[in-house]
Amino acid sequence: MIDAIIVVVVVAILGVYVSWRAGRLDRLHARLDARRAALDVALVRRSSVALELASSGLLDPATSLLLASAAHDARSAQNSQGWAGGHGREAGQGREDGKNGQELPESDLTRALRAVFGQPGFRSSLDGTEGADELLSELEGAAHQVFLARKFYNDAVAATRAARRPPLVRLLRLAGGAPLPEFFEIEDSLVGTGEAGQGADMPHLTG
Amino acid sequence: MKVGLVCPYTWDVPGGVQEHIMNLAETLIDLGHQVSVISPADDDTPLPGYVVPAGRAVPVPYNGSVARLAFGFLSASRVRRWLKEGGFDVLHVHEPAAPSLSLLACWVADGPIVATVHTAIPRSRAMHAAEPILQSALEKISGRIAVSEAARTTLVEHFGGDAVLIPNGVPVKKFEKADPLPGWPGPGGALGFLGRMDEPRKGFTILVRAFEMLATQRPGLRLLVAGHGDADEALARIPAELRDRIVLLGQVSDADKVRVYHSVDVFCAPNTGGESFGIVLAEAMAAGAPIVASDLDAFRQVLRRGQAGELFPTGNAAELAAAAGRLLDQPERRAALSAEASAAVRIYDWPIVARDVVRVYEAVVPAAGRVSVLPR
Repeated sequence: MIDAIIVVVVVAILGVYVSWRAGRLDRLHARLDARRAALDVALVRRSSVALELASSGLLDPATSLLLASAAHDARSAQNSQGWAGGHGREAGQGREDGKNGQELPESDLTRALRAVFGQPGFRSSLDGTEGADELLSELEGAAHQVFLARKFYNDAVAATRAARRPPLVRLLRLAGGAPLPEFFEIEDSLVGTGEAGQGADMPHLTG
Repeated sequence: MKVGLVCPYTWDVPGGVQEHIMNLAETLIDLGHQVSVISPADDDTPLPGYVVPAGRAVPVPYNGSVARLAFGFLSASRVRRWLKEGGFDVLHVHEPAAPSLSLLACWVADGPIVATVHTAIPRSRAMHAAEPILQSALEKISGRIAVSEAARTTLVEHFGGDAVLIPNGVPVKKFEKADPLPGWPGPGGALGFLGRMDEPRKGFTILVRAFEMLATQRPGLRLLVAGHGDADEALARIPAELRDRIVLLGQVSDADKVRVYHSVDVFCAPNTGGESFGIVLAEAMAAGAPIVASDLDAFRQVLRRGQAGELFPTGNAAELAAAAGRLLDQPERRAALSAEASAAVRIYDWPIVARDVVRVYEAVVPAAGRVSVLPR
């Protein structure tokens, strides 16, 4: 009799634990999807504003061409990977291969922006040019949004991956069919490593 | 004539475009013209007297790889100053669609502008996005030159209009005479190859397979290879006793390159594609080497449909072996091919090529006045 009670209690405790775990995983996945969406929006916005700057006529044609080609490559990667569109767990299937396809062009766009913004005296060369201030600060803002959104997305990835690591979670397949989320690794700082970072993550280059 | 040449790529990095501009500049100077070249280069790089440095080129991702380019307002103002001080009769930009000095020069200059397109770039959507940016700078060009049919097609597809085909030049004099490397070609005969060994389209693997077929029947035959790259993969399946008869020189100096062409009985160009002109082939011809080459459009044209060198079906190692074997057995045929090649390459000699370029200059100059700098 005592044995039966113990079994019932153990099963009940286990049940509570499992449902708590499953609920937590679900919340983590939902948070992950939201951050994924925010990151996508930030990436799309950054490439759009870069393209706008490239075609604005504010810059010389060589710089414009570099920027246009980098922004265009990033846009194509965003579209073709289905990365910008799907955020649900089902859409996650495409991510595995979509991921690497997008990281490189996005990093290239960062490097192109860095090369443009990094020219000595770049900002003052546009002083007094109509529309330059607005566009440059919009682009800088968009680049900072990418930096933030990626940081928060990767935080969510780390938390989700950690929550899925316990053996019981894996044994009972509490995460369902959702693939293990991948970190989004790109270069996103407008200041290269080794350059003056102004002691901040988001240096103000245009200000 | 006062000629301003614009080089888009760093002067002291080896490259086809840089070499072309160097040869063109030196030949034009020999012909009595005044020439100034502006090129990306560090201010402390030793440069020939006719080159003006435009500052260091910046590595930046472009078209899927990292290119060293000069762009931005600082480069533009260097070009502006160079144009003002130069007072050129004609401005000749190279590779104007690359985001570098040439495009900037088109942007800031007005007057007679000639442009040479070197590479064939497949039309991509990225180019489409960039077209409005390029259009306003490129529509100022009054005379367009393409170095190959493929480059001309690119130009026409991207920007419409037409271009004059003036092939790449070869400094024939530099290649004509040289001593063979010590011990070459040797009594057993020698085949030669020049180019990257690990770049598939250069066809080194095909040549190695052909050599294997020939070498088993010809005990003294050797293969002389100049060029950088990793040969391990291509040589992996070669039996050890044959392996010793393939001599890898690695990267060679310009002087030794000339000697390599003079050190072999048969020079092989087994390329499988991607050659818009075949500068290596033209150099081998200038050196009077008997040639066996892939039957690529560009090669067939340079070799006058086989008169100035044997052609074999592209990619076919057995056919390459057969053609090379026939030549090894026939010294008279080799001598005849050598003479044909030396004659056929004359039309690619720089003085001839430069004279054609000057004709293009002369055609655009009277209509467009002098080169001036646009106000900021």
